Amino acid sequence: MTDIVNPQNAPAAWLRPIEAIVFFIRKTLNIAEMEMRKLRHEPLDLLTRAAQPVLWILIFGQVLAGVRAIPTGEFGYIEFMAPGILAQSMLFISIFYGISIIWERDLGIIHKFLAGPAPRAALVLGKGLSAGVRGISQTFIIYPLAYVMGVKLDFNIFALLGTLFTVLMGAVLFSTFSLLVAIKVKTRERFMGIGQFMTMPLFFASNAIYPIEIMPGWLQAISRFNPLTYVVDALRTFMLDGGQSHFGLGTDFAVLILVAALFVWAAGRAYPSFVN
Amino acid sequence: MNVIETHELTLQFGDFTAVNGVSLALQEGEIFGLLGPNGAGKTTMIKMLTTLLPPSGGGAIVAGYDIVSQSAQVRRSTGYVPQLLSADGNMTGYENLLIFAKIFDLPTNVREERIQRLLEMMGLQDAASRMVKTYSGGMIRKLEIAQSVIHRPRVLFLDEPTVGLDPIARASVWEHIKRLRDEFNTTILLTTHYMDEADGLCQRIAIMHQGQLAAIGSPQELKASVNGGAADLNAVFSHFAGAALEATPGSYLETSRTRINARRVG
Ligand SMILES: Nc1ncnc2c1ncn2[C@@H]1O[C@H](COP(=O)(O)OP(=O)(O)O)[C@@H](O)[C@H]1O
Ligand SMILES: [Mg+2]
Repeated sequence: MTDIVNPQNAPAAWLRPIEAIVFFIRKTLNIAEMEMRKLRHEPLDLLTRAAQPVLWILIFGQVLAGVRAIPTGEFGYIEFMAPGILAQSMLFISIFYGISIIWERDLGIIHKFLAGPAPRAALVLGKGLSAGVRGISQTFIIYPLAYVMGVKLDFNIFALLGTLFTVLMGAVLFSTFSLLVAIKVKTRERFMGIGQFMTMPLFFASNAIYPIEIMPGWLQAISRFNPLTYVVDALRTFMLDGGQSHFGLGTDFAVLILVAALFVWAAGRAYPSFVN
Repeated sequence: MNVIETHELTLQFGDFTAVNGVSLALQEGEIFGLLGPNGAGKTTMIKMLTTLLPPSGGGAIVAGYDIVSQSAQVRRSTGYVPQLLSADGNMTGYENLLIFAKIFDLPTNVREERIQRLLEMMGLQDAASRMVKTYSGGMIRKLEIAQSVIHRPRVLFLDEPTVGLDPIARASVWEHIKRLRDEFNTTILLTTHYMDEADGLCQRIAIMHQGQLAAIGSPQELKASVNGGAADLNAVFSHFAGAALEATPGSYLETSRTRINARRVG
């Protein structure tokens, strides 16, 4: 990132890393702003995304709550699954996010950004943040629905902010992973195939709709390597009145932030190969 | 003063050499045409000069900076309109310009004024708040050119700026390219496979064939250099490249891309 500094007005050496970080953040926000502007022109995009989580809670949730087949401790089943469905909704939005840059690459839009001054990782993170906003939009559907269904939600301001931040982090993580996959597979057809193939294992090998304890041993092991598990754990803690973290919020966020940073770095590095 | 200087610039894709030891120099304020059939290596040249592709051999200085060791400075001092469509259809024309003004860190107080000036210059004021997906091909090209010069780059790269445009739109794009040079003394390197474009627009042209420069000079010089004097650049081209322009087809992919692009732009 040293190449960001202009030699003509080079600042003192100790300032350089700070300048580089500020520059990086500004460029990230420029890209995020662009994505937000596009989203504002297509608001219906968000509404159609709401159908799936609503169906999961209304149908799957009510059926399973009725049969009481899954031991969910002190919480009713709908309560247990509501954070899981928010995580799922964020996951589905994010994991298919990569398709948009394949589309943009095919048109030629990507080339111009790569030939501009924004660092490549900022191009990636900016898009990741906009996936975060898309994910966050789902909380405004799932909270009211869960409330109506009798879930005791935690409306403490810090708990609410915690939910939003968790969704944002999860979306940055999975959308930048998706960008990385898109950069590697390059075509829409292959990407769609892989996207379908990825979502189901990520969803079912997590604690989204059943507790880890009831999984067979091998699945438990896998689920601990699945970042979605930590998203759901943090969401359960923040969303539910009396929600307890299984791994500890510190662990949850350490995992999410580290893995997201890794994907941003890797996708930024791979980005230029995407246009050649 | 030379604003672009390449020295034995080379690029290999595996064992295929797309650009083979190209050395050339462009002067400040010059409109220079890189002329050649599909597959000649024109886009690959531009990708190296815009730092999108690291060269496999040789080197180049663009706007005073080395394309490899000072790539960030090169990216800040150049503008680029790719061969493919590059304006975002899902934003308005104004927003497309605004985002680039921000990415190039234009101060808030000059941003608005410069966007308005460019919209006016390109004749796009009335369409500024319309979504770009409703624009015609010529309007899109002009918007893309406006985007690429919003930071007043010293050097502008235009890759096939008029491919797929109708004759009226092409003439209008040519006018705007000339105005950029006249008003800002921008050095412009453009690629084309249209002979008339090279003839009417460029002070100097280089004929590129299979990754190499076959000839370089002003259109008049090149025509005169062919034995007995050639009537047009087509004859010049067949003389230097040893084949008529049409006889050298591009790859399947290249053809498909050009057509897709032509359809979108046209
Ligand atoms: N990524 C790539 N991998 C392999 N070959 C490539 C790649 N990009 C371009 N080529 C080849 O390099 C040659 C030059 O391509 P290009 O520079 O796009 O030509 P032009 O722009 O003059 O039509 C063509 O034969 C093309 O098929
Ligand atoms: Mg080309």
